[in-house]
Amino acid sequence: MLASSAPTDTRPGARTRPRAGVGADAARPDGVPKVRGEFGFSSDLWMDRMLWGKTLRSPHVSARIVAVDPSPALAIPGVRAVVTAADVPGRPTYGLEVPDQPVFASDVVRYHGEPVAAVAADHPETARAAARAIEVVYEPVEPVVDAERALDAPPLHPDGNLFRHLVIRHGDLDATGEVVVEGAYEVGMQDQAFMGPESGLAVPSEDGGIDLYVATQWLHVDRDQIAASLGMPAERVRLHLAGVGGAFGGREDVSLQIHLCLLALGTGRPVKMVYSRDESFFGHVHRHPAKMWFRHHATRDGDLVKVEARIVLDGGAYLSSSNAVLSNAACFAPGPYRVPNALIDAYAVRTNNPPCGAMRGFGAVQVCYGHEAQMDKLAAALGMDPVELRLHNALERFDRLVTGQVLTGAVPVRECIRAAVAHPLPPAPTPLDPPMARPGGAGLTADHADVRRGVGVAVSVKNVAYSEGFDDYATARVRLEAGVGGEPVATVVAATAEVGQGFVTVAQQIVREELGVVDVLLAPAGTNDIGSAGSSSASRQTWMSGGAIQLACAAIRRQLIARAAASWGCREDSVEWGAGEVVHEGTGERLGLAALLADGAVEAEHEHHHRPTVPLDADGQGDAHLSVMVAAHRAVVDVDPGLGLVKVVQVTTGQDVGRALNPTQVTGQIEGGIAQGIGLAVMEEIVLDEGRVKNPSFTDYLVPTTLDMPAVAATLVEEPEPDAPYGAKGVGEPPAISSGPAVLAAIRDATGLALSRAPVRPEDIALAGHQA
Amino acid sequence: MTSHDTTRAPGRREELEEEPTDAPAYEVASRYELHVNGAARTVEEAWLGESLLYVLRERLGLSGAKNACEQGECGSCSVLLDDVVVCACCVLAVDAVGSHVETVEGLTRRGVAADIQTALLDAGGVQCGFCTPGFVVAVYDLLRRRPDAGDLEVREALSGNLCRCTGYGRILEAVRAVQEERSRAGV
Amino acid sequence: MGEVERGADVRVALPTTVDEAVDAMATTPEAQYLAGGTDFCVEVSFGLRRPPAVVCLRRVAELRRAEVTPTEVVIGAGTTYADMGTGALADALPALAAAARTVGSPQIRNAGTIGGNVATASPAGDTLPLLRALDARVKVRGPGTEREMGIDELVTGVKRTALEPQELVVNVRVPRLDGPQQFLKVGTRNAMVIAIASAAVVLDLEARRVRAAFGSVGPVPIRPLEAEDELSDAIDWGRLSASEAAVSRFGELAARACSPITDHRSTAAYRRRAVEVIAARGLRRCLRDVA
Repeated sequence: MLASSAPTDTRPGARTRPRAGVGADAARPDGVPKVRGEFGFSSDLWMDRMLWGKTLRSPHVSARIVAVDPSPALAIPGVRAVVTAADVPGRPTYGLEVPDQPVFASDVVRYHGEPVAAVAADHPETARAAARAIEVVYEPVEPVVDAERALDAPPLHPDGNLFRHLVIRHGDLDATGEVVVEGAYEVGMQDQAFMGPESGLAVPSEDGGIDLYVATQWLHVDRDQIAASLGMPAERVRLHLAGVGGAFGGREDVSLQIHLCLLALGTGRPVKMVYSRDESFFGHVHRHPAKMWFRHHATRDGDLVKVEARIVLDGGAYLSSSNAVLSNAACFAPGPYRVPNALIDAYAVRTNNPPCGAMRGFGAVQVCYGHEAQMDKLAAALGMDPVELRLHNALERFDRLVTGQVLTGAVPVRECIRAAVAHPLPPAPTPLDPPMARPGGAGLTADHADVRRGVGVAVSVKNVAYSEGFDDYATARVRLEAGVGGEPVATVVAATAEVGQGFVTVAQQIVREELGVVDVLLAPAGTNDIGSAGSSSASRQTWMSGGAIQLACAAIRRQLIARAAASWGCREDSVEWGAGEVVHEGTGERLGLAALLADGAVEAEHEHHHRPTVPLDADGQGDAHLSVMVAAHRAVVDVDPGLGLVKVVQVTTGQDVGRALNPTQVTGQIEGGIAQGIGLAVMEEIVLDEGRVKNPSFTDYLVPTTLDMPAVAATLVEEPEPDAPYGAKGVGEPPAISSGPAVLAAIRDATGLALSRAPVRPEDIALAGHQA
Repeated sequence: MTSHDTTRAPGRREELEEEPTDAPAYEVASRYELHVNGAARTVEEAWLGESLLYVLRERLGLSGAKNACEQGECGSCSVLLDDVVVCACCVLAVDAVGSHVETVEGLTRRGVAADIQTALLDAGGVQCGFCTPGFVVAVYDLLRRRPDAGDLEVREALSGNLCRCTGYGRILEAVRAVQEERSRAGV
Repeated sequence: MGEVERGADVRVALPTTVDEAVDAMATTPEAQYLAGGTDFCVEVSFGLRRPPAVVCLRRVAELRRAEVTPTEVVIGAGTTYADMGTGALADALPALAAAARTVGSPQIRNAGTIGGNVATASPAGDTLPLLRALDARVKVRGPGTEREMGIDELVTGVKRTALEPQELVVNVRVPRLDGPQQFLKVGTRNAMVIAIASAAVVLDLEARRVRAAFGSVGPVPIRPLEAEDELSDAIDWGRLSASEAAVSRFGELAARACSPITDHRSTAAYRRRAVEVIAARGLRRCLRDVA
């Protein structure tokens, strides 16, 4: 019996009990409850007398709301409250950059699925019936669903339809190359499709405030938006991180948070809300669909001379983080290459499509499909090997981005490319391959003769952390004390959202490394007793929250050294820190942590700000970014051109990680990111029909299965980043950026088709001859 | 705020009969018994339409089976129904009466999936963990039926369990490790 | 009959025989039959179905019985996709096994049934093309009635059938033909995907006849009779071969017989092309298998 009190702990994970510091494959502290099904996710919350919330959403893409009558819902037994826009006591809107999104639509709805009301009832089925019973009179309005058209259309919102227009002018804009290639590219709308749907539990508190247990990426920014809409001081809104079932950018914006608080405050009872999968597709922002045009100029020797680009991102109905996404798309449009001259014209636009915002890769993904297709085109025009062309133009340390920023950190583009292509290629397809392993998989559609093999390479670059002058910081407090039996125990307090990425593991490793303790506890993340950690996004938490913990530990060491110096009556600089003890340099005397902590606990808090960045100027110039991360991918695919079906056979990668603090976790990030990249390349898209979402389900929004994911071989390129804790860069986003473009390149290689759109649909391949 | 004027907690059936206007707005299967993880569990005043997943999670306190899609398209609610792996979201709870239901909590308590759980941790197959209990159940089911399953067979058997974090690489690595370990141990 | 106590106006019946099931439905006419639950429960969860009462069929042993005789295969309506995918059933009807193996996930295949696939009558129902190609017949029981009809008579439109509200599918009878059979299904994902198009192709060596049917390319499974006729004449049945031109022609005529739509899963033009391709491939495989 696993749970019995056997003399030795044989529970899963027990024998891998984490002891290791930085660089080791330490085990996740939340791993054991997760494999036992005991980990508390936000949808697992339960409380006595709790009610169930349900949101009523607009069936229209664009409409005027003429009337909302909640009385039929309130007449249903078991219904306890209905809230609408009229019940929002504070600011009626919210938003990450600008509060332009209504908590509930009041006069108009601007996208399919926009919230109009919410109900609380005794049972989820009653709540659903009640939401349906609310009578809303809509007057449909012709929607604007084309981003280019929206630029000239009447405003869909008082703030207008242009979120941001960004122009990057760099070098000689009249420069031309001897060889010029151009192309138009398109990327569809991807969904984060995290497995744990939006959910949370709001509990009214005695002081008239609220406790909200919720899955999110950034507790403090949620809190501030909630407090503003509740018209309540921030300290009465207490957020607690509930178990997060994945995020990938989709939990950066407020979804059900304010609705839940309104229902709980209105009923005086705890209210739980769990989105169904279809509602989840309406409940969070998506990756921006993009339409892009590129023109690349080069010398006959293959030196890039100039990149021109026009980028239009469809931001959907509300701003979310569109402005920052656009900045990334523009800055990284040339890819990880030396480009002396550039003119990049980028727009983020409001339409009546679903709102778009953060998703893993954040603007760098869309343009990577463009710049990498262009590099292949250019290589073909030059008669050059595409890998050689990339190596030839690869960015190096102290090169400039097209924003004029000099890259002072590690930029191992060549190393990543060489590592990606150094892995052995898989065996060629044979007639003896199991039919299920061919394109079409379980559908058994392809015979050996129907299969064409293709290989493609793509490379990407993206910023780490927040850019353009954002005051990006993270707070952490570490307490070191003698535990039961005198053994030292460290406790970390941080509001960092663990969303699956393994920050909790890295936090423990850092404390062990810095303080030489074995037992490191992590206090639950919340807004109550610590400042903001910033968002678990932009591949930033190892650098930012990790840095805050590292620096808090350093402060603890100084305090302990001071204690030792006082007890030895010596100067502090004669006391050396060893592994979990201090040494008197003069006498060689030693004091262990237990002895040092006998006088009581030590505690230190640190707010870690990264080097300041600046906003881009009118020409898109400036040191807007903290640092960049690079990755290269090679994809091998089998394509059935007759049916347009694809099987990705292998993806190899070289990734610039700075330093791998936990190689197994880094590998997990790489493989998971590649899966999302493959998804966008060949199957994942929210299909819209005049703004209406046609596939809000896992039946029709397809994410890769075990039969779609290939073998992955990864090389971690470790060139330490000067400014980062332990030299470690972020690792979450790069694998999701160039993996998809590599797959697309491989499909082009296999089919000889131009294929300018992601995801590639079967008809794009099978009917290509007919469209030409 | 438009609020219903009563804040009375949801009543038991006897109480509701005293106050017929506040009867549940849904069809009630008043009382039934499920056999879950070897124990008889009584369900009262449930809505007829409740899935086994809902009853396990919200009425019986067994939240190991997860609610990722509720349409049989992700495997995160995998349970054993009379020893066959199914999606609990696609079983009507009242239809499980008389059957034996085993959840990840039951497997954990019996210790029969311990090596799988350990291997998932060792290989790095757990990130957010939302799909993990479903994988534990599905891998347990696969390896007792097909201990020597090759890579493609493993992938086919697990193709109904979606994971959005790991790209499956570390999970498949864990399955291989369990197969090797069991084969070495002669299990 | 069951161990569920009933609420005021609710019935949950857990019959163990077909007679009990039919009786339960007769006494509770508003009830709905529940088989594997894989469509039913999803509809309930998504608020699209709210059953006033249910008659659960999972315990009816005779519905799960399958019998293989020299001339036909009788498949109880409660036979799961997993059951169809292995053993004697799979040996007798390999294309049905292949089709069953493409349905949803392994978990779904352990629960979903052939009776449910037939009664749901989705254009994408994966077993339907083979049943249609082989002119399977379906036995149906109602309160005091029993009848049998062809699958083409039963499936009348998109999720529409000739079943009366209280009728229960009891079994599906599939003729056994001497000859190879193939099933191919096109989807954008390599597993767990709704068919964009599917094909069942069968050679009847004794009758010297090609039979085929296609799924997801019309409101009901499409039988390409013209293509079958032309190809049956074009095959050299002595040598069991056909010219590549004849095979291509079969694909073209098959595609022409379909009436696909454009929806969020694919376009009509692609579906037509897919049928052309998989019809020809299915036929080539049949000829290869038998040669």
